[in-house]
Amino acid sequence: MAHTIKTTDKKPTPKADIIGGHTLSMYVTNQPGVLMRICQVFARRAYNIDSVVVSQGRDPAFSRLTLGISGDPAGLDQIIKQCNKLIDVIHCSEHTSSEAVVRELALIKVKLDSTEKRTELLQIVEHFGGKTVDLTEVSMVVRIEGASDKVDAAIRLLVNYDIIETVRTGKVVMARGEQPT
Amino acid sequence: MDGAQALIRTLDDLGIEYVFGYSGGAALPIFDALETVDSKIKFVLARHEQGATHMADGYARATGKPAVVLVTSGPGAGNTITGIMTAQMDSIPMIVVCGQQVTWMLGLDAFQEADIFGITIPIVKHNYLVRETNAIPRIAREAYHIATTGRPGPVLIDIPKNISQSPFNGDLDAPMDLPGYHPDESYIIDPEPVEQAALLINLAKKPVILAGHGAMISGAENELMELATKMNSPVTSTLLGKGVFPEDHPLSLGMLGMHGTAYANKAMVECDLIVNIGSRFDDRIIGQADKFGAQAKIIHIDIDPSEMNKMIRPDIEVIGDAKAVLKALNSQVEERTNESWIESMDGYKKKYPLAYKKQGGLRMQQVLDEIYELTNGDAIVTTDVGQHQMWAAQFYKNSKSYKWISSGGAGTMGFGFPSAIGAQFACPDQTVIAVCGDGGFQMTLCELATAVIHKLPIKILVLNNHYLGMVRQWQELFFDNRESGVDLEGNPDFVKLAEAYGAKGINIKRPADVGKKLEEALAYNDGPVLINAECIKADNVFPMIPAGAALEDMLTEPPKYKMEKPVGST
Ligand SMILES: Cc1ncc(C[n+]2csc(CCOP(=O)(O)OP(=O)(O)O)c2C)c(N)n1
Repeated sequence: MAHTIKTTDKKPTPKADIIGGHTLSMYVTNQPGVLMRICQVFARRAYNIDSVVVSQGRDPAFSRLTLGISGDPAGLDQIIKQCNKLIDVIHCSEHTSSEAVVRELALIKVKLDSTEKRTELLQIVEHFGGKTVDLTEVSMVVRIEGASDKVDAAIRLLVNYDIIETVRTGKVVMARGEQPT
Repeated sequence: MDGAQALIRTLDDLGIEYVFGYSGGAALPIFDALETVDSKIKFVLARHEQGATHMADGYARATGKPAVVLVTSGPGAGNTITGIMTAQMDSIPMIVVCGQQVTWMLGLDAFQEADIFGITIPIVKHNYLVRETNAIPRIAREAYHIATTGRPGPVLIDIPKNISQSPFNGDLDAPMDLPGYHPDESYIIDPEPVEQAALLINLAKKPVILAGHGAMISGAENELMELATKMNSPVTSTLLGKGVFPEDHPLSLGMLGMHGTAYANKAMVECDLIVNIGSRFDDRIIGQADKFGAQAKIIHIDIDPSEMNKMIRPDIEVIGDAKAVLKALNSQVEERTNESWIESMDGYKKKYPLAYKKQGGLRMQQVLDEIYELTNGDAIVTTDVGQHQMWAAQFYKNSKSYKWISSGGAGTMGFGFPSAIGAQFACPDQTVIAVCGDGGFQMTLCELATAVIHKLPIKILVLNNHYLGMVRQWQELFFDNRESGVDLEGNPDFVKLAEAYGAKGINIKRPADVGKKLEEALAYNDGPVLINAECIKADNVFPMIPAGAALEDMLTEPPKYKMEKPVGST
């Protein structure tokens, strides 16, 4: 019998810059409401937050935030200063990909209806250094990890198959060399 | 000791003199602690929470020190929003303490629960929702520190009732923990931009100093005077900077901006250097941003790095406390005379004086001019928002800091009278005048009761044009004089109203009576006196730079042509 799998993936062809133009890294105190303060700085100035990754710092009193944002580049300087002005923000700075390592991870669920398809898919996944993390007769979940453009490229190829859904972590960033982020 | 008592003890220890507030269920433990803790704190019951916030604001603007606002949860906290926003816009230190539902009811739409922490995030310098009784003293100290240092501002502390009434067994002197806040750095001035600023200053032939509120907050009056004298530069001030440089000094140009003096605005258009000391280049003073100072070099001195390049891109940015910057700068500045520049400014002062007609009915300008003369310009003047505010700014020249109290950034109607109450509590021996419109006064007039019971000898000047005058002016100029929602039909008899509260009331109807009636009011010190001045209904404030227009488009008199609707700003 035919499986009807509802897809939630509404973006058929993701653009290369899907995660937006700028990457900000922030070090903030680990307290309720901090994210709300930061989000309001962006929303009020009509910036869209494309991705946000928050996790506890090595010192649990602090959190590390990486934000992918898009909006008028002319206002970025103002946004960074406004974030730095927040009492809970220890520091906030922008990172360009040339001076920082940027990584993200995507889980992509693809519909399988033939063995040929499965073989093709596995080749693509292998090409991108990805992994199959879940496999059934009718579906497969692959994991792709790397720079955002690599993840974009993998998704562009996988779109030719039936993507049921994609979940991206959003990028995390770390400055290259001995420079702290 | 419970959390509430620990709070009051800490506030007392911090030197808080006044708590302005309004009680309610969630704040009961804290109100009780005001009674049970032996402290120097005086509590003033306002008649509306908004009034309490403006009282604390007026107290701070008259002293530079913060007062505390204490309210209950939900509607009580909600009523403080306008006052908090007003303080935030004008960098006023204030500590707002709100009672809150008990912690386990938060998020359950419990009685009088409002997420005041979330609601106020965009209008405070910082805020707290206290979740631990023992953290109360640390948080109170942090709130005071944050409110009063760097660029000051309001800090809100939301305290659930179970937190305030639980036993306290922590450290009353617990140290602050603010790893992301370093106001001390504002006193470390980078010498390089200061040197560059001095270079530009020494090259300028037509300089203007723009003195803002930041210069006042940092206490830079003497350094500013030294700089202006050395440069022999005219000085204009913002609405909030009024008094930081004496307005009766020959170098003073008075206030600039939308309704500033013609000569101040001319100076901005013709100068070759603008030295901005602690002003944020508000849209009410720069007009059209891309034309502002296009002919001039611009030095911007500000404690807040986010003010740099926000409205105007300066040639030199100097980040730091204004007084510290000027101290570093002054020694590098050469003495100048700038004779022809000063002469041309004096010429403009003669050509475009602030003047008004004494015929054809009573004008607000006359009342303000006469009260200025009668008080030798030495009273504390608070204002509401509207035409009377702009005329007061023009005609009540301030020669000292902390004597001009007006809502600038927020333009909050209802501010004038309660802020005068706060100022009078702060300065019991000074004459305090609240200049109000008939519109704005009615927004917070219930505080008459507060002023009466404390016998505060405030002179409440209601400049009554039976209109929302400033809005009517815009409708006349930009909307073909179509009046919409500006007629204050139904105004009470203000003298009777004052008397009903137990205050003294005086009517002024004729221009010839102004002097003697004002003298009578000034002589009355047994409590508040309300002077209702029946002014001509339709008068307009000039000079005027239409919102968002360039400074050179200033009108010094009523236009003879139809005006475009302002689009550049509100
Ligand atoms: C709380 C609030 N509501 C509305 C306004 C908009 N507003 C600015 S000036 C003004 C008219 C003020 O009228 P009035 O108090 O009578 O003073 P006047 O201009 O007549 O001197 C209004 C409605 C405001 N500034 N604040």
